[in-house]
Amino acid sequence: MISVQELRVKFGTVEAVRGVTFAVGEGSSFGIVGESGSGKSTVLRALSGLNDDWTGRMTIAGHALAPSRGRDFFRRVQMVFQDPYGSLHPRQTVDRALSEPLEVHGMGDVDRRIRQALAEVALPPSARFRYPHQLSGGQRQRVAIARALMSEPEVLLLDEPTSALDVSVQAEVLNLLADLQDRRKLTYVMVSHNLAVIAHLCPQLGVMQGGEMVEMLSAEDLRAGRVRHPHTADLRRLSTELEEA
Amino acid sequence: MSDVVKRAWLLSDAPTSRSQAAWGRRYRLWCDFSSNGLAMTGLVIVVLLVLCAVAAPLLAPYDPTLQELANRLSVPTAAHWLGTDELGRDVLSRLLFGARVTLGMVIAVVVTVAPFGLAVGCVAGYYGGWADTILMRVTDVFLAFPRLILALAFVAAIHPGVTSAVIAIALTTWPPYARLARAETLTIRSADFIAAVRLTGASSGRIILRHIAPLCLGSLIVRVTLDMSAIILFAASLGFLGMGAQPPSPEWGTMIATARRFFLDQWWVPLMPGLAIFVASLAFNLLGDGLRDVLDPKQR
Repeated sequence: MISVQELRVKFGTVEAVRGVTFAVGEGSSFGIVGESGSGKSTVLRALSGLNDDWTGRMTIAGHALAPSRGRDFFRRVQMVFQDPYGSLHPRQTVDRALSEPLEVHGMGDVDRRIRQALAEVALPPSARFRYPHQLSGGQRQRVAIARALMSEPEVLLLDEPTSALDVSVQAEVLNLLADLQDRRKLTYVMVSHNLAVIAHLCPQLGVMQGGEMVEMLSAEDLRAGRVRHPHTADLRRLSTELEEA
Repeated sequence: MSDVVKRAWLLSDAPTSRSQAAWGRRYRLWCDFSSNGLAMTGLVIVVLLVLCAVAAPLLAPYDPTLQELANRLSVPTAAHWLGTDELGRDVLSRLLFGARVTLGMVIAVVVTVAPFGLAVGCVAGYYGGWADTILMRVTDVFLAFPRLILALAFVAAIHPGVTSAVIAIALTTWPPYARLARAETLTIRSADFIAAVRLTGASSGRIILRHIAPLCLGSLIVRVTLDMSAIILFAASLGFLGMGAQPPSPEWGTMIATARRFFLDQWWVPLMPGLAIFVASLAFNLLGDGLRDVLDPKQR
């Protein structure tokens, strides 16, 4: 479904991503872990079309991606951002946020689709005409997920979708994402610094360090401790220590 | 619907329609605003001034151009509450009709300048690059001239009158709005919620118009209200210098200009339009200050 080959992204003279290659099958999930500044979010932003200054080759569903994308691309590929406090327009109601993609893509039946989307992300119908500041962090992230689903995409790019939420809400959102994937046959690319979150959702994952993907392994290998690169081992040890603490 | 029910409807935590949500938000802003005494004073005075201007023909005791040469420069009396000017015209009537000219000029300037500045600023800020460079350098050129000199030169080049005064004031007041809108746009454009809109595939025009401009509007409205007093003074200065409204049109600045010869002996004649300018400017300033507290809490 998605293939990325030799992706390079430069910011000025700094090369933030140095030749990253991976592939994701249809209906599957791929996770990218790494510390802050390892270039993992940059990969996602290049894939989503937010950053058009990259070299390499990326294809989605067999179509090669150009630096600037057409409207059809944005219908098929959507993104959920890290911070639900920043990703919703402060002066727009949930209803307005959800109807925007429908208006842009000329999709009819707005009322039914919005009610359905709210039900799908388990938000009460009463949340429909609220402003973001009247919602909790978890509810906001659900709105952001619902917005990403409005145009019925095939690929969802998840940029640390749970890291701004507290732990109990994190699990809810992760389960919601897993349910949605089952129901809609979505393909996920998820970025996180949290190994547990990635391993929960993604059967395959890549570890990034300093703009390079230093290791690719399956979630099972990770759980069993079959890691090859020292950085992966470090991250794994850190995450188990945190869990025990 | 009783008041209690209405209030509950407006403050509902779970609005049932877009318009209820929007009115609820406005009502909360109004509650904030109305708790500010000084701002309410400003609002009441502004509303009264506008009502006076609209109802001038009904309120004015005399025709503003009616001359009564036997009764020149009279002190305030029961017949002429604010006295008469050098041609025996009733000052109160002229002030009331003058409110139409002065406030009309202010409104005309604001209506042309605010949308223009907003558009220039948002476009420059959103696109960046060469569009930003060109638009902002043009803005700088206009900012670099002393305002009054530029306006005077412009009016003198066409011909003195209300219309050219409005154009001249508009020409010299738009750059700060463009700068303000650009600064706001720069902070908004990299926000995640704008990235999310870009990812829906929306066109740049749609993003600017529907997502960025509404957010710039708050600080722009505040700035405009605060500037209104400056525009009143500007219009009055142009009138005073003979470049604005022409006699016998009763513009407040022009009235002071024609009455300045009597400044020492019949001081009340120039005093009355001066007071009108003072009250109007003060009211707009109070109003703008209150609006800033409500619409732009971060600038407090």
